Amino acid sequence: MAESGFRGLIADHLVYEYNKESSQRLRALDDVSFTIRQGEFVGLIGHTGSGKSTLVQMLNALMKPDSGTVYYDGRDVFEKDYDRKALRGKVGEVFQYPEHQLFADTVFEEVCFGPRNMGMDRKQTELSAYAAIKKVGLPDECFDQSPFDLSGGQRRRVAIASVLAMKPELLILDEPTAGLDPLGRLELLDMITELNRDSAMSVLLVSHSMEDVAAYASRILVLDKGRLIYDDTPAEVFAHYEELQKLGLAAPEMTYVMNGLKAAGMDVDTSALTPDEAEESILRALRLC
Amino acid sequence: MLRDITLGQYYKAESPIHRLDPRTKLAATFAYLISLFLFKNPFVYMIAGGVLVCVIIASRVPVRYMLKGMKSVIFILLFTMLMSLFFTKGTVIWSFWKLRITKEGLSQSAYTGLRITMLILGSNILTLTTTPTRLTNALERVMSPLKIFRVPAHEIAMMMSIALRFIPILLEETDRIMKAQLARGADFESGNLFKKVKSLIPVLIPLFVAAFRRANDLAMAMEARCYHGGKGRTQMKPLKYARRDAAAYCLLIMYMALMIVTGLTLKSTPKTEALPAVSTNMISVSSDTLR
Repeated sequence: MAESGFRGLIADHLVYEYNKESSQRLRALDDVSFTIRQGEFVGLIGHTGSGKSTLVQMLNALMKPDSGTVYYDGRDVFEKDYDRKALRGKVGEVFQYPEHQLFADTVFEEVCFGPRNMGMDRKQTELSAYAAIKKVGLPDECFDQSPFDLSGGQRRRVAIASVLAMKPELLILDEPTAGLDPLGRLELLDMITELNRDSAMSVLLVSHSMEDVAAYASRILVLDKGRLIYDDTPAEVFAHYEELQKLGLAAPEMTYVMNGLKAAGMDVDTSALTPDEAEESILRALRLC
Repeated sequence: MLRDITLGQYYKAESPIHRLDPRTKLAATFAYLISLFLFKNPFVYMIAGGVLVCVIIASRVPVRYMLKGMKSVIFILLFTMLMSLFFTKGTVIWSFWKLRITKEGLSQSAYTGLRITMLILGSNILTLTTTPTRLTNALERVMSPLKIFRVPAHEIAMMMSIALRFIPILLEETDRIMKAQLARGADFESGNLFKKVKSLIPVLIPLFVAAFRRANDLAMAMEARCYHGGKGRTQMKPLKYARRDAAAYCLLIMYMALMIVTGLTLKSTPKTEALPAVSTNMISVSSDTLR
């Protein structure tokens, strides 16, 4: 049992292997431990096949680890009498390509599915579905449309709304921006940041886009071949940009620019990750000389 | 969740059986299955069983893995065995209420059990040591003489391999959709039957959508690569018989000869003519060929 006052999630020495019985064993997770405190915005990055998706499925008890466990608000979620259905309301997970899970006749029905399963009454369900659809920025005329008639980007918003409607305390998003256009990507990430800031919802953003994670997360976890190799602030993690590159993970582009400038003799701050930070640092350096 | 289902259950290993040409294995499997039904004689079964054990050892597939395939048929196996045990007429050796066990029933039941077990294990070796692609390839080649009768051998083989290829994909898709709905609080386990069926709607609709999407994508990709059926099509890895296949065919002929000779010369048990009507209806494979 973890300390009972702790709010948030603890992953405790998670191990998982695929194909345990056959000749092609594959260790997907190898002793992974970390915590996500209530209200944090954490990024999880890793190469394809690094175990990211396996890991996030354990955090809301969809998969059971071979050893190790997950604690949520101080309770072991794999305990026999733990209410895992309620957990999935608190730890909301948006899967990769979530638009492929849509099934209902109308967008509104689709979004009501989650909160209804969580046992909210009709009024609560509809209120929170309405709020969630508004939150993801879908227009009013969408409510009664079939989700299959919407565009790909809109369908993704419906799927995200359907998780938000359960009012999760921790929102896990697995590659939420995959396949979206640049504007759609920015809007989505801004919306998530807003949720994190305004309603103190913790966020775990899984991505292989360094730019996204660097700009939004306050802490970054890096997975490689099932092992957690970094768990630190973005600046600290990307200071290891050469090691990251060896793992096939590039640092944000700005890191390369700044390191290049520094190597050329300019006194800039190499921990700048976004274009804005970089601009500021370069201007300051220019003014000095 | 659904990962445990083994379908198209290829087990990757390096073994002489794996390396054989799939046509050889196909022929051998057929011959073996036929040989099981030729004679009802303990010596014949000893040979067949011995050969099976040898092949299993040679295939380097773990026995545990092999027996996993038996799990799905255990019910049919037991059912047929019990049927022949209780409903074969002959000398009664034990009776209770309406149930009677006869001497003939006992041997009949043992034969049926052995026969089905060896039948399943024998055909499992084929699917465990041959990739679905090679297997359908072999089927295409075996069927190709039928092209004279306008049987679209290539198309049939292509459909089979696509179907086989889609099974794991759709299983994975089902698994993913189920998890996505579970994450939204869906419940597939509790409630009565009606509720359970209803709870599958959020899985089935996206699954159908996905299946059609994938079929569309595949058709588009095939057309983009100018696929136009079997005519004039060459293969990247054409099937070629090697010396080991010749050796395998020799062994196969020897095995068949041995079976026939043993079956004809050593007649230890008189043939039981009285076959139960029930069990012949139930499992036609197990008893038809006995007549």
